[in-house]
Amino acid sequence: MNINLTLIGQAISFAIFVWFCMKFVWPPITSALEQRKKTISEGLTAAEQGQQALEKAKVDVEEKLSEAKTEAKSIIAMAEKRQGDILDEASVKATEEASKKIKLAEQEVEQLSMRLKESLKKDLSKLVIDGAEMILKKEIDKSAHDKAIKDLVNKI
Amino acid sequence: MAAGEQTSSEYIKHHLTNLTFGKDQDGVWRLAETAQEAQEMGFYAIHLDSMGWAIGLGLIFIILFSMVARKATTGVPSGLQNSIEMIIEFIDSNVKDTFSHTNKLIAPMALTAFMWVLLMNLMDLVPVDWVPQLATFIGSNFFGMDPHHVYFKIVPTTDPNVTMGMSLSVFFLALFYSIKNKGVGGFVGELTLHPFSSKNFLVKIILIPINLFLEGVSLLAKPISHGLRLFGNLYAGEMIFILIALLPLYVQWTLSVPWAIFHILVIVLQAFIFMVLMIVYMNMAHETGDH
Repeated sequence: MNINLTLIGQAISFAIFVWFCMKFVWPPITSALEQRKKTISEGLTAAEQGQQALEKAKVDVEEKLSEAKTEAKSIIAMAEKRQGDILDEASVKATEEASKKIKLAEQEVEQLSMRLKESLKKDLSKLVIDGAEMILKKEIDKSAHDKAIKDLVNKI
Repeated sequence: MAAGEQTSSEYIKHHLTNLTFGKDQDGVWRLAETAQEAQEMGFYAIHLDSMGWAIGLGLIFIILFSMVARKATTGVPSGLQNSIEMIIEFIDSNVKDTFSHTNKLIAPMALTAFMWVLLMNLMDLVPVDWVPQLATFIGSNFFGMDPHHVYFKIVPTTDPNVTMGMSLSVFFLALFYSIKNKGVGGFVGELTLHPFSSKNFLVKIILIPINLFLEGVSLLAKPISHGLRLFGNLYAGEMIFILIALLPLYVQWTLSVPWAIFHILVIVLQAFIFMVLMIVYMNMAHETGDH
C-alpha cells in the first residue's frame, strides 16, 4: 500500500482516456442517438399525418359513394320514366299503324269484292246466256238475242 | 493456495503485494523482490501490475466504444451498439440529473470513469490465484525470477494509487473549474466566509480562520474519501476472496460463490458511486450562486 509514481501514472492515463473519450467516443454516439430520436419523432408525426389523411379519405369516399348512389337513383328514375314514355309512344304508334293497316286491308277487300262481283256478274250472265242458248238453241236468232243479252248485262 | 510451503500469512501478504519497479536505496531501478523492498523504494516506484491492468482495461473500454462510435448507425442498432447506447444513455441521464451546467467534459469523463472503474473492479471476480500463478510461472521460467518474489495483483482498484490517482485528478479539475467559474476571490470567499458569517465586519474577520479550517477539511476530505471509498470496498472484497481461498478446496465454493454473486453488486455499485461523486464534485465547482 505504498503511494508512489503509480498515482501519477494513473492520473495521466485517466486524462488521456477522458480526452480520447471526449474526442472520439462521446460525440458520435450521442449524435447518433439524437439523430435517431429525431428520425423516430419525424416518423411518428408522419404516421399521424398519414392517419389523418386516411381518415379524411375515408370521409371523402363515403361522401362520393353516397353522391354516386343518389345519382344512380336519379338515373334509374329517369330511365324508368323514359321507358314509360317510350312504351306509351310505341303503343300510340302501333295503334295508328294498326288502324292504317286495317283501313288499307278494308280498301283492298272492297276492291277485291268489286272485282269478284264483276267477274261473277260476267260469269253469271255468261252462264245464263249459255243456259238460255242451250234451251233456245234452235228457235232463237243468235244475233238478235246477243244484242238483247248485252243490253241486259249492261243493265245489271 | 500458492506454493505448498507458504504459511497463510505469507500467502495473504504475497497476494497483497504489487509487482513494483522502482529505484532502490542504491539508486538502481529494478523490480522489488520483497514487500519490504517495495516499501523502501518510496515514491520513485511504479506498480507494473496495477498500471498494466489499468491501461489494458482502459484500452479495452476505449477500443470497444470507439469501434461502436465509428460505426454508429442512426437506424436500428446492432446488439453491441444497443448495449453501449444503453450505457451512454444511462450516464447521460445521470449527468443531466446531477450536473446543471454546460460543460462538454463532464459526460465523457463520467463515462470513462464509470466504465474504467467497472472493468477494473470486474477483475475482482477472476479467481484470486489464476493470474498470479500464471505470472509466477512466466516470471520464474522466462525471466529467471524467484517464484516467491513474483507479485501480481490484477485488481487495479485495490491499489490506492489507482483510486487516489483518479480522485486527485477529479479534485484538481474541480479546483480549476472552481477558480475559473467563481474567480479567485469567489473561491477564497467560499472557503473563508462560510459556514459562519456575520454582518459585523470585525466578527467576520475573526470567523475567517474557523471557516477556513472547517471548509479546508471538508475540501480535502472529498478527494480522499472519494478515492479511499472505492479502494476500501474493493480491497476488502479482494481480501475476503483471498481468505476464502485459504479454506480447503472442497468447501471454498460454499463461500466464494455467494460472495462473488454479492460482489457483482458491489462492483457495479462502487463504479456508479465513484462516477456520481465525480459529477457532484464537478457540479459544486460550477455553482456560482451566492451562499
